[in-house]
Amino acid sequence: MLVAAGGINNAVLVVVLASAVVYGTPLLYAALGELLAERAGVLNLGVEGMMLVGAVMGFWAVQRTGSLLLAIGVAAVAGGAMALIHAFLVVTLRANQIVSGLALTIFAGAAGLSSYLGNDLNLADQPAKHAFSPFLPRSWRTADVVGPVLLNQSALVYASWVCVALVAVYLSRTRPGLNLRAVGESPAAADAMGINVVAYRYVHTVVGGAFAGVGGACFSLAITPQWVDGLTSGAGWIAIALVIFAFWRPTLCLVGAYFFGAFSGIPFTFQARGILSGVPPELFQSLPYVMTVVVLVLVSSAGARRRLGAPASLGTPYVREER
Amino acid sequence: MIRFERRLRQPGWLSVAVPVGSVIVAFGLMTLVLLATGHSPGHTFSRLLDTGFGSKVAINETFVSATPLLFTGLCAAVAFRMQLFNIGGEGQLYAGAILGAAAGIALGNHSGWLSVPAMIVAGAVGGAALALVPAILRAFLSTNEIITSLMLNYVAALVINYLIFDSQSYWRDTSSPTAKVFPQGKNLPEAANWPLAHVGGLYLPFGLLLGVVLAAVIWVLYTRTRFGFEVQVIGDSPRAATYAGMRTRRKILAVMALSGAVAGIGGASQDGDFRHTLDPRGLTAAGYGYAGIVIAALGRYNPFAVCLIAFLLGGLQNAGFALQGVDFPSGLVGVMQGLILFCALGGELLVRYRVRLGSRGAQRAEATA
Repeated sequence: MLVAAGGINNAVLVVVLASAVVYGTPLLYAALGELLAERAGVLNLGVEGMMLVGAVMGFWAVQRTGSLLLAIGVAAVAGGAMALIHAFLVVTLRANQIVSGLALTIFAGAAGLSSYLGNDLNLADQPAKHAFSPFLPRSWRTADVVGPVLLNQSALVYASWVCVALVAVYLSRTRPGLNLRAVGESPAAADAMGINVVAYRYVHTVVGGAFAGVGGACFSLAITPQWVDGLTSGAGWIAIALVIFAFWRPTLCLVGAYFFGAFSGIPFTFQARGILSGVPPELFQSLPYVMTVVVLVLVSSAGARRRLGAPASLGTPYVREER
Repeated sequence: MIRFERRLRQPGWLSVAVPVGSVIVAFGLMTLVLLATGHSPGHTFSRLLDTGFGSKVAINETFVSATPLLFTGLCAAVAFRMQLFNIGGEGQLYAGAILGAAAGIALGNHSGWLSVPAMIVAGAVGGAALALVPAILRAFLSTNEIITSLMLNYVAALVINYLIFDSQSYWRDTSSPTAKVFPQGKNLPEAANWPLAHVGGLYLPFGLLLGVVLAAVIWVLYTRTRFGFEVQVIGDSPRAATYAGMRTRRKILAVMALSGAVAGIGGASQDGDFRHTLDPRGLTAAGYGYAGIVIAALGRYNPFAVCLIAFLLGGLQNAGFALQGVDFPSGLVGVMQGLILFCALGGELLVRYRVRLGSRGAQRAEATA
């Protein structure tokens, strides 16, 4: 029953896996960004807002210039600019990281700056001029199972794999990466070693924001190439949960992103296929949110003792005179 | 070079001057945003003030917008005071609206003396029940309550949509001719409409008065009782609280339930005061819960400050909805709320620290001279 008329590539499982990669990619970018910020000890709850601003500015850039590459750059800059506000407030002004992150989501989010920009630039209801689409040779893309799941994907997916590898190598094999971890674990010790704690926190928060901006642009430039208010519908929050789920490790982010991506893709796949059409669609639509709660519970009960992998200084400002 | 020195004593006048200064700076930044996007700031601000507070009609409308914000603001303030970041006020308000509407429909044939209190209780129960999910997870499994409470907002929004758009539920109107074309909720019976106080040309919704009373109750609870004292100790120093033998888990459950109940009553007030039906579109589009966080943070978790700020931001929101159009894009209100909150957060620094200009060396030289 699972293998339908269109051959194995049309089987429900394969379609769900393919959509897991599609919907997991924005989560992956956003989670990698959040991971970098958190490794520096900065908790940024503004991911949803940064993603939305990245999405709207990326879409604007592609409509204006027609260049997808430029659009990704604009989305990254927009996300980074939002993160800079957070960095200034929590690093320089020592504000509460949780409240500042929430403020960023309210400022930039679905009812804030992203909606304002979308309205002001008249982006709603515009058909996209360009969108990321699969580009590999047709014979590869139609190969059994791996074709639809891995090869029939846009460049954003492959770029995200490169990013995972880069972040993983950066954190474990390079001097700045190791310094970053020192800043996150013990800013006082890092400071004594001569590492510029403030600079590390600023840079990684802003780069994290740029990643979130690109993650948002995955929606407006690839998945649903258009702009509507609140396009990301909670993906930013799922990405924050994903970092915890991945124990602050980039490679586990990859696994987790596709796991949550599958649950985000299921409502669309099932609705298109008419699978379980007797069940209310809201039940499937609530899956990603419910699963996020379930997974967080599993992770926190297993790791409650030692908060597996969480940077020790996460959420606390560093004040040299008061250490 | 700029340096920050921790203040040993926080002067009282700063706690008034800093919020006022923050709002002024926020309006300055807003001016920049408006100029950058090609709008006239003077025109925009004067229309905002006029539509929000300019006349009795405007103030009546502002009361309508302020009522749900008062509840969600109190909801956030109650929980945030214990460093318990309940950002599920949005979903808890929906849950309260669902149960409140059920009570209203079921008891509408009786007098208002029965149905109105029943709606309040039902709303409180709905909100508290939803808030207890993250509370239990936080208390017993130490799961991060920020994310779980937020995720439940999305789930609650889907539930309320399901009840009206995708099912033949108790809440849905299935009899009237228009309801066959456009799904909508049952109209609440007359007796389930909450009363409206009429004072000198102003109409005060019952929910608004109830919210102010709740604020007073919360203030007494948090400043005059043992419960409130323990909540504050747990918020400021969880470890000290544990050593002193305070039952942190019970407090988490109690505070979250209280917080959710307040938001839930706000939901019931939406049914009883204003909408007179379970209205998924209107409720989910408004974003009351998120605005509540802004209000609580600006009011520094003080219930009376929350009342005042809910009124001011209510005016802003009311004006934003009323003016929404080509030269007044939606999203402007959210941008302003965010800016005010950023400035207030940055301003906190001035309360806690003294800003010094000049390098440390220079000052030392001064001191020895």
